[in-house]
Amino acid sequence: MAYDLKKVIVEKPSRFTEGHRMCAGCGAPVVTRMIMRALKPEDHAVVANATGCMEVSSFIYPYTSWTDSFIHTAFECAGATCSGAEAAYKSLKKQGKLPQDKNTKFIAFGGDGGTYDIGLQSLSGAMERGHDMVYVCYDNGAYMNTGIQRSSATPHFADTTTSPAGKVIPGKMQVRKDLTEIMVGHHIPYVAQTLAMTNFKDLYEKAEKAIYTEGPTFLNVLAPCPRGWGYPTEDLMMINKLAADTCYWPLYEVVDGKYKITYKPAKKLPIEEFLRPQKRFKHMFKPGNEWMIKEFQEEVDKRWNELLKLEQITNQE
Amino acid sequence: MSIRERLSGNEATAIAMKQINPDVVAAFPITPSTEIPQYFSTFVANGEVDTEFVAVESEHSAMSATIGAEAAGARAMTATSANGLSLMWEMIYIASSLRLPIVMALVNRAVSGPLNIHNDHSDAMGVRDAGWIMLFSENNQEAYDNMLMAHKIAENKNVLLPLMVCQDGFITSHSIENIELESDEEVKKFIGTYKPEHYLLNDKEPIAVGPLDLQAFLFEHKAQQAEAMKNAKQVIKEVSEEFEKWTGRKYEFFEKYMLDDAEIAIVCMNSTAGTTKAVVNKLRENGIKAGLLKIRMYRPFPVDEVAEALSHLKAVAILDKADSLNGAGGALFEDVTSSMYVNKKQVPMVNYVYGIGGRDTTEAQIESVYEDLQKIASSGDIGNPYRYLGLRREEN
Repeated sequence: MAYDLKKVIVEKPSRFTEGHRMCAGCGAPVVTRMIMRALKPEDHAVVANATGCMEVSSFIYPYTSWTDSFIHTAFECAGATCSGAEAAYKSLKKQGKLPQDKNTKFIAFGGDGGTYDIGLQSLSGAMERGHDMVYVCYDNGAYMNTGIQRSSATPHFADTTTSPAGKVIPGKMQVRKDLTEIMVGHHIPYVAQTLAMTNFKDLYEKAEKAIYTEGPTFLNVLAPCPRGWGYPTEDLMMINKLAADTCYWPLYEVVDGKYKITYKPAKKLPIEEFLRPQKRFKHMFKPGNEWMIKEFQEEVDKRWNELLKLEQITNQE
Repeated sequence: MSIRERLSGNEATAIAMKQINPDVVAAFPITPSTEIPQYFSTFVANGEVDTEFVAVESEHSAMSATIGAEAAGARAMTATSANGLSLMWEMIYIASSLRLPIVMALVNRAVSGPLNIHNDHSDAMGVRDAGWIMLFSENNQEAYDNMLMAHKIAENKNVLLPLMVCQDGFITSHSIENIELESDEEVKKFIGTYKPEHYLLNDKEPIAVGPLDLQAFLFEHKAQQAEAMKNAKQVIKEVSEEFEKWTGRKYEFFEKYMLDDAEIAIVCMNSTAGTTKAVVNKLRENGIKAGLLKIRMYRPFPVDEVAEALSHLKAVAILDKADSLNGAGGALFEDVTSSMYVNKKQVPMVNYVYGIGGRDTTEAQIESVYEDLQKIASSGDIGNPYRYLGLRREEN
């Protein structure tokens, strides 16, 4: 059945409701709502959330935005917490202590801080143990909840409060970690990288596959942050589109080890198009700093070309 | 009818867990508690339990997964020691704040550093204010019995708090002793099935667990936890009485050994009580009125009962197997002396920090404490209340 955005929205009520306190122009609630919509209406979900923007904005006692069951324990352990709930489900179902005709799906959400950094061990453990769960990283490229500190997902040269663009050091001096590839290295059945673009087709379909593929699956979703990135709130979708069109954030999936790039821009835009609208890269456009843009472009090209090769290699008979 | 066996403390604990047949066990190996998940995973591998065993990649994840499982509606258990508990520390507080009746076996060992794998109580003392019920066990029988009583206490509607059963690393965990086991059916009957009121896997009533809890509510929520801990006292009493009716083995908040007519006494926990009993017997033969108070229920602390039980003594020594490094005595010493003070009981009391890092505690050492107590009792002079027992150092 072909994807139809209108049908999805009409037929599937939001499971992440209004009233949450995420910022206007934030990418995270947009992707969260869409991922939760990918659940079959008849299925129940247990959501585990790492501490972060999303958790502190969606479940402030005594209010919650989640219509499914939800658990937050701490920053670094959404993977482990979710795996425990999934183990309980397996055990209770096996013992006949839960209705046999009812399905519960397990989804963990974490920001890049709770996933790339402090929660990487917990995530890796949960994936390796083979729990039937999806881990979703909403990657906004820094610790936004505590006020825009650099993470290992922060792009090269970005200005953050712990990698400030100063007189001597021009922003974050390290390139970003490729978490999606680390997850591919776990040899789990489904890994995908996506973002909210145009009619959400890429995001929705990947979420659906991730949720309904048996075993551990992983989604890395770009989720721009207007405060941390420095763009006007209304430009969220434009920033997303530029991330895909410059191949800064390639959209692809790896199904049982086979790569498939799900979006190849007709015209790959130069990286300046993605960098220029964001204040965190402003210093890169000062005269004399052309080398920074050049280096950034080279890194993007290198990773994109590697991905093209991986797609080719893994699909050879 | 009880079954006579010979088991180590770890084996006894693993067998109790097998009989409890929890829905989920998540654990990570650490000496000296490693054998517990080892034995238990054998039960899982042989289909002797219904449990999902989650072989996590760290103790932080062990407690996180246990929390996830218990919140989901399962009976979930784990076991650890020392640094494993330290790594769990963040989650220990979260487990109790979520009011999850998780049961954990804590095989006591010295917390680093420097690294040491042997017994003291520094791990347990580090979480004494974390909102967990803490039961201590003198020997393998008590470790087994406390474990059988654990769920009935923790899961009580007026309690709903996590509970840890402590035993001494190696001294108890690895020593084989005679033990009386109960039958699987009897254990099952005693514990009953777990029926949580609210749980994540109930699709008819989705719940949200673990909020951001700000100035408007956190204070009241913490007070509710404190109230539950107070309620636990009565529940522990009732469950212990029920247990006694079933097995004939009597448990109270603490054990009084030759205490009622004693003039001098030691207060201690876990295996040292065994050594102390042997010394008390010897002293009694020589007409010395020595006694012992062995704490079983450390959290909640039986403030009034302890004060009452010690009020008639002429001198008391409190033995702490963990140094609080604060210039004001060990944790048990503070608890006991505070209990006395609020109950307006004035008895000379001294503190001994002993057995750190698995240093052997001998009968001769315990005897020397009673000798000190006799001097204090006759002179009324406490001298330095903060003492060491068995510490090797330059004469001063």
